[in-house]
Amino acid sequence: MKYGIKIMPREVILDTQGRVVQNYLETQGFKIGNCRIGKFIEIHLNSDLDSKNEIQKMMLAGLYNPLIETYEIFDV
Amino acid sequence: MSKKIGIVRFLGTNCDDDVMKWVINSGYQADYLWFQDQFDITDFEQIILPGGFSYGDYLRCGAMAARSPVMKSVAEFAKTGKAVLGICNGFQILCEAGLLPGALIRNESLKFKDEWSELNVSEDNKFYGSKLKKNQTLKLPIAHGDGKYYNSADGLKKIQDQNQIWLTYKNNPNGAMLNIAGLVSETGNVFGLMPHPERAVYHWMGSSDGQYFL
Repeated sequence: MKYGIKIMPREVILDTQGRVVQNYLETQGFKIGNCRIGKFIEIHLNSDLDSKNEIQKMMLAGLYNPLIETYEIFDV
Repeated sequence: MSKKIGIVRFLGTNCDDDVMKWVINSGYQADYLWFQDQFDITDFEQIILPGGFSYGDYLRCGAMAARSPVMKSVAEFAKTGKAVLGICNGFQILCEAGLLPGALIRNESLKFKDEWSELNVSEDNKFYGSKLKKNQTLKLPIAHGDGKYYNSADGLKKIQDQNQIWLTYKNNPNGAMLNIAGLVSETGNVFGLMPHPERAVYHWMGSSDGQYFL
């Protein structure tokens, strides 16, 4: 099974990278409401036995920091 | 016999030799500790986590180092009440390990800051009692890309109420909340700071205020 994990900075965190990209896009003439930048991790598991549970365990093992980030898991 | 200090090395640590020279030249004994090994906590009186870029700063600064075998021993060591000092990446690792509250995130400017900083000591504490006094001013260099201290509103209130803000910047270089440059744990024996005391030990280095941190 292959999973995708989207990790985003929490809304309360000033996402400086997102802000810079937003400013750039505005200089290119685009109208932007808000631009935020996170990261995307793809994990390929060899077994599909309880694999979503395995991904959840990985999140708790430090793949994200709950103080500053949120995450979503996708089937890829 | 002088006290013995353990200096932790991760892959990507790059201030380990500077810390070793600082410790030895200050008259103490020291041993390096490897990140994949646990150690006997009775062998040392203090542990230092030097700066650098452990695990290449991948995922988040300090995130993977914080979960390596040596940190299990560091956590046990901290429980005994003996002093642990994390410098720069070491501070990030202590936050990721949950030994200090909060997180260190990208500098507000997005720039790597390599410059002198003026600091203020916000609190006295028993380990540095005679050397670092409340309201003392210090000059130490910083060198980091991810040094902005962040915590939730509740988290900030808690560290203020418990007098855990140890050092503050006079001219905040990275956007840190409450100008925080250094913290101490609730238990009063785990310290973290973004500036580098080991880079300011003699006058010819530009400042000798770093010597107060041993």
